[in-house]
Amino acid sequence: MLIGISLISFFIMHLAPGDITTTEANFNPKVSQESRQQLRALYHLDQPVYIQYGLWLKRISTLDFGQSFASHGRPVFWQLKNKQGEVSLGMIQEALPITLLINVLSLFIIILIALPLGVISAIKQNQWTDRSITLMVFVGFAIPSFWLALMLMYWTGVQHNWLPISGLQSMGYEQLSWLSQVADIIKHLALPVFISAVSGLASISLFVRNGMLDVLGQDYITTARSKGLSENRVVYGHALRNALLPLVTILGLSIPGLIGGSVIAESIFAIPGMGKVFFDAVNMRDFPVIMGILTIGAFLTLIGNLFSDILYAWADPRVRRGIN
Amino acid sequence: MTHPNKFKSQRFNYAIVVLMSFYGLILTACSKPSNQQSIDYNPTPPITQGGTLIDASTAEPTGLIAMTAGEAAASAIAGNIFNSLLKYDKNLDLAGELAESWDISTDNKTITFHLKHNLKWADSQPLTSDDVLFTWQKVTDPNTRTPYGSDYTLVTKAEAPDPNTFKVTYSAPYAPALSTWASLHILPKHLLKNEDINTTAFKRNPIGSHYYQLNHWKNNQYLTLTRNPLATQGQANINTLITRIIPDKATQFLELSADNIDMMGLNPSQFARVLPSRPELNKNIGLYKELGNSYTYLGFNLKRKPFDDVRVRQAINYAIDKQEIIDGVLLGLGEPVASPYKPGTRWSNPTLKPYVYNPEKAKTLLKTAGFTDTDGDGILEKDGKPFSFEILTNQNKEREMSAVLIQRRLKEVGIQVSIRPLEWASFLGRFVEPREYDAVMLGWSLGLDPDQYNIWHSSQQGPKQFNFIGYNNPKVDKLLEEGRLELDLDKRQKIYHEFAKILLEDSPIVYLSAGYGLTAVHKRVKGIANPAPPAGIGYNTYDWYIPSKYARNEMSDH
Repeated sequence: MLIGISLISFFIMHLAPGDITTTEANFNPKVSQESRQQLRALYHLDQPVYIQYGLWLKRISTLDFGQSFASHGRPVFWQLKNKQGEVSLGMIQEALPITLLINVLSLFIIILIALPLGVISAIKQNQWTDRSITLMVFVGFAIPSFWLALMLMYWTGVQHNWLPISGLQSMGYEQLSWLSQVADIIKHLALPVFISAVSGLASISLFVRNGMLDVLGQDYITTARSKGLSENRVVYGHALRNALLPLVTILGLSIPGLIGGSVIAESIFAIPGMGKVFFDAVNMRDFPVIMGILTIGAFLTLIGNLFSDILYAWADPRVRRGIN
Repeated sequence: MTHPNKFKSQRFNYAIVVLMSFYGLILTACSKPSNQQSIDYNPTPPITQGGTLIDASTAEPTGLIAMTAGEAAASAIAGNIFNSLLKYDKNLDLAGELAESWDISTDNKTITFHLKHNLKWADSQPLTSDDVLFTWQKVTDPNTRTPYGSDYTLVTKAEAPDPNTFKVTYSAPYAPALSTWASLHILPKHLLKNEDINTTAFKRNPIGSHYYQLNHWKNNQYLTLTRNPLATQGQANINTLITRIIPDKATQFLELSADNIDMMGLNPSQFARVLPSRPELNKNIGLYKELGNSYTYLGFNLKRKPFDDVRVRQAINYAIDKQEIIDGVLLGLGEPVASPYKPGTRWSNPTLKPYVYNPEKAKTLLKTAGFTDTDGDGILEKDGKPFSFEILTNQNKEREMSAVLIQRRLKEVGIQVSIRPLEWASFLGRFVEPREYDAVMLGWSLGLDPDQYNIWHSSQQGPKQFNFIGYNNPKVDKLLEEGRLELDLDKRQKIYHEFAKILLEDSPIVYLSAGYGLTAVHKRVKGIANPAPPAGIGYNTYDWYIPSKYARNEMSDH
């Protein structure tokens, strides 16, 4: 499976015109043809694609993701030590924790808000509460996030100096106590997390709403009500638990998304996350970096699928016992 | 089901009202006055030492050895750390930097550089001609991943007869030679002789000899430079330079507005529209504009019909209103050009004038070239085929907008134009390299030497070479060859003036404009030359200073 994914992505990438020598030397009249050929040879770009794939596969089988073609030549995945003992950090090693932190936080906030919103919408179906919640989450979904980001940055950063505008850490970060360091990071991440939560609210809350509506129409809910259970017991004790089942699948599928990052948000907030790394790599035709990220993404997708299947089986006896 | 929880629903409604008003708050994102304290930055106190200048860059340098890094972000920062033998002064004349003086032999083939005495690296090791020789060996070494080697491989013999003398010999006189020694950063041999220059940790931890040395590099966030006490060119005034990596220009502008950075490059609309409309910001920000050494153009595929006909090229040149593009796209922040050199410099021929906008003349020229509207649809035809072509450009908003203006003007004279913006690597790989295009809209950024052999000489038409428009004019070839051999500045100037004149008549490309480089610097920074000299405001950053009473409170930095 992994090999299939890597094979397809490798060949698609090589179908795109250009390579690192066209993009990095950037049409500079000072760059001669010979130097370009030399660069191509150094990166094995003059070999046929299948040989390049073979070389890549050989390295990857030893978990060596290689080094970036771009002239910084940093390791793609994990840190390397040179002979002087100086460590250069891996690109994914640096970017992944940041993206992961932002996405996990925003997913957490999304669930925290979307769950009650979805439940309320379902209970108040077609009343004005439901309509206004739906409108609200869709407004959040539809607002261009770069615009919202800029507006909030202007409001909280330029006009009020409440939050830093961009970046991940303040200039004197290293000198701060660990508590202030955490506070500093939280301040810097507040807006990016908020922006990503606002746009993600719609899908989850509507998912919960529709799941609830399905369940609320079921016979056993009628049974529960006719038993004389309180409405709260019915909604939260019986209906919600079943309505949450499909959410497990969604969460499992969102695991690869957690490492994806967003080019637009990361560029606007000047946050060095995965989205920017991947986008730059594609523009530069930096094959080792592209392949490294795709492979890890594919791996995580498979893990995520497995994880959600297991979780599903655990949560839903019907799946576990094969009952339809 | 018939007894909804009244209390709960009210609380929920309340939550929704709060949420709604929050959106409302964002939408009307208030217009309260800014929180900046009102210091008057206009008076100019005497020069003081110290202070911090915070700059923003859209990209992180890949390393600080300019020969292997190559991009603008790297050379900007590395230029503060490393010296070259020569430099360009404020009037763009060559002056010594590490070299005190230089002699050229009578046959024009040998240059001898005399280095200043007692030069030191930042780690207090002596800097000698041995380091220069070592740098030359590295830049010409086939194992060095540098795109810049070709100029230096023309040197047939390089020697360092004594610690203060460096001598290079060329097989034939090469006029651009001196300028190449103004762009080669000299590297320390004692730190790099046992290193692989492509992978060495030195490129992220460099030791140089110029005004500043690298103090801290926070990946993808910022680089901090501090003064080098052993600097070969004396001491700079400002103590610390910080370059923050902020990819988005709009974010940079917000950081500038919030007084978190001191300096950034602006785009025309920020320069001409946003800043003037914000008096409270305008009060603290100094604006500078300077012509860059670059221009944008519409280039034809001269191997394709009908662009092989000079009358057609001239007609298109007359049909395009360049001033309209400058006013509409660059908001007036550009100059029309008539030669491939920066207006106002020695190499730009002042007698040449751009083609004026004249659609009537364009129509006449097209008629003599055999184009007439035979079927009355408003599009000209020749031999039954309508005159239509495609303009390719890379994804650059200003170029796309210019293309639209050109499309309309050409339609008025009966030429149908379509526009296709493309991603850069595809643009080069699928269209420019195989010569599968009608016309391209691109720009050239040029060095300070007038030699443009690579771009215009007929021998430079190979698949990845730069004369991709296929220009072939024996007269121009001859002038370009002469220009490379002529070391006398006045004679050289004549050659390139003549070259530009022929080029303008031949119209292989339509010069559109040279845009201004636009820079905003906070007024706390003093000592900036205004108006900008030919070399731009950046030529004397070492003389800039920040009076201590204007210095930013360091703790409030974000």
